[in-house]
Amino acid sequence: MAHSAHHPPVGFLGRYVFSTDHKVIAKQYLFTGIFMALVGGFLAYVIRMQLTFPGESIPGYGHVSFVHYNAVVTLHGTIMIFWVAMPVLLAALANFLIPLMIGAEDMAFPRLNMLSYWIFLLSTVVLLSSFFVPGGAAAGGWTSYPPLSGSAAFSGGQWGVSLWILAVALEFAAFLMGGINFITTAFNMRAPGMKLFDMPIMVWLQVVAAIVFMLSVGPLIAGAVMLLLDRLVGTGFFDPAAGGDPLLFQHLFWFFGHPEVYVVLLPGFGVIGEILPVFSRKPIFGYRMIIYATFVTGVMSFIVWAHHQFIAGIDPRLATPFSITTILISVPIAIMVFSYMATLWRGSIEFKTPMLFALGALAVFLLGGVTGIHNGTPAADIFLHDTYFVVAHFHYALIPPVFFAFFAAMYYWFPKMFGRMLNERLGVAHFVFTFFFMNLTFLPMFLLGFMGHQRRIADPRVFDTLRNAQVENLHWLATIGAIGLLLGQIPFLVNLVMSLIRGERAEANPWRANTLEWTVPSPPGHGNFERQPVVYRGPYEYSSPESSEDFLPQNAAP
Amino acid sequence: MDDSTVAKLEGANLEDLGIPTGRLAMWWFLASEISIFGGLVCIFVLLRWRHPEWASEAVHTINAAGALNTVVLLTSSLSAVLAHQAAEDGRYRKAARLLGATFGGGVIFLCVKAYEYSHEIHAGFVPARSMFWSFYYLMTGLHALHVIGGMVAMFVIMLSVRKGLNPQRVEYVGIYWHFVDIVWIFLFPLLYLAS
Repeated sequence: MAHSAHHPPVGFLGRYVFSTDHKVIAKQYLFTGIFMALVGGFLAYVIRMQLTFPGESIPGYGHVSFVHYNAVVTLHGTIMIFWVAMPVLLAALANFLIPLMIGAEDMAFPRLNMLSYWIFLLSTVVLLSSFFVPGGAAAGGWTSYPPLSGSAAFSGGQWGVSLWILAVALEFAAFLMGGINFITTAFNMRAPGMKLFDMPIMVWLQVVAAIVFMLSVGPLIAGAVMLLLDRLVGTGFFDPAAGGDPLLFQHLFWFFGHPEVYVVLLPGFGVIGEILPVFSRKPIFGYRMIIYATFVTGVMSFIVWAHHQFIAGIDPRLATPFSITTILISVPIAIMVFSYMATLWRGSIEFKTPMLFALGALAVFLLGGVTGIHNGTPAADIFLHDTYFVVAHFHYALIPPVFFAFFAAMYYWFPKMFGRMLNERLGVAHFVFTFFFMNLTFLPMFLLGFMGHQRRIADPRVFDTLRNAQVENLHWLATIGAIGLLLGQIPFLVNLVMSLIRGERAEANPWRANTLEWTVPSPPGHGNFERQPVVYRGPYEYSSPESSEDFLPQNAAP
Repeated sequence: MDDSTVAKLEGANLEDLGIPTGRLAMWWFLASEISIFGGLVCIFVLLRWRHPEWASEAVHTINAAGALNTVVLLTSSLSAVLAHQAAEDGRYRKAARLLGATFGGGVIFLCVKAYEYSHEIHAGFVPARSMFWSFYYLMTGLHALHVIGGMVAMFVIMLSVRKGLNPQRVEYVGIYWHFVDIVWIFLFPLLYLAS
């Protein structure tokens, strides 16, 4: 599409900083997200060290007071969900891929897109600044439940929580803008011939994720305003003494918070759905079924939220219906996982790094998904709630989409983003470290949870039941795992930097894939496509008898 | 696929849903707005149901001012529709004037609201007085912010449509204004009349 609506930008600032090009904005989100992942990873290190060596000075951080520990836990969760998973999986990947995959020159609203990033960056600055304010950063957990978050009397309550609310609100505004862009672009800017059901899985899942986000976040925005008013104006929405109800905030939070899990999960599954067919040289199994399952997941994600509140004092009669919907939602997810597994069946599987991470994501997610059944059953949850079992569960459920799928995406699309291949050997090493140490970190936590170890406590030795060698050993294992997991990312970071500087030059289609982003040079120029591509078929025609090659690009004339 | 289909696709338009992208974006934006106000209205209705005693606070809202504002806001939506019509007909200066009338409606609405707020605050009905007043200020305040946001957008569009630029935006801001209107139609009986 040479007739670019906007002219190619000039100068360093125009090209790399104040750019409306979706590819540049994607990279801005990507690097901001990677930076925040390092911050969040460092906080995880502090948490692990404190639990293994309570009260001792931690190398690189210093002594952790109990108040400080709460802030560290809060910021770790907040950063990893809102400032890593969201910018990297949604903003970076959707921004980079949606226009390229559907044959568009840019997003539908490029300036809105740029505004989205800058608001996001502002939210990042606000959040990071909350470490340094009087009273410290927010310390009420990433869920910020009142009354802990509602009053200045509690730790982090002076400024921290208000800044936390402000940062999260700005972040939501940024992603609302991004979401509108993703949806309208995918719906209205597809290349001629590309019907809705010719769109790659990635585009579909990003669109559904954006819709789920936009429809679920509203009540929490209202809840955040109410919490802010409670703190600043003296209203009592969540204060029982003033006739308010702290449980109300939990409802508002989880009405968003649970769909948010799927908002993060779906793009990760989209990555896996793109990679499996390419490295199995087979069409994806059940393309439409996967997309329908996504719709069902999206709708059902709105009616499961109270499973986070089984022991919070909700009406016990409410627990059963929410338990049923919670367990039912594993059906559409299982359909997706089984479709992915069936894609591998009798394929010519190539174990390149993207494929390793994609398969690793499925394997790890299986354990995360299965343990969700325990938490979704009130009888089991009454015991397991707020223990390390839950911590292990959600790390097993979210690390696959957020980290494994993200790494898979990086190894797969890095050539398209930067025009260079990532080193395969470092990639395999990265995978082995990540897979092994991830399991070493979180498997012990299931056991700790069964032993009744609460989450969010700064020193397990305070409790008689936890003052024993077994607990200590499990904490040791998890801490070794966490440090290994962090060190295991060094090959990745080295790989990124080395490959950017002197990696092997990438050709347009190094993986012999079918989707449209591989039909343009690596990296694509401004405006993406020289000529408007035309689409003749779906995205997964591998090993097709119609072609002499084992792949058949979407735009190859029949 | 035969050659004629191939020839037809070459040089064809982008695939779309048949809805202009701007309007599509506006509807999705409103969908997320509905989840904000929808959530709030649900919460308020459920709590109000459980607390009949809030009625003794609700009697102090100024029904006449609320009714006046309902009329003002509904009327301002009429001129927004007429502005859309004018823009469709290519009569851009007229469209701008009609948008100006809608803008004026917003100004009147905010003045009446400001009168109400100051009156109520002077009488001691401040946000922290009780749950009812907390909700009253939260919901009407959030709504007023949306009125202000709509007016800013309308002002910008008024200036550009006068010169014939982006006349389709008259429709989009009109859709938004109707939404703000509809929210008020929920708030007025819930907060003023039910006492």
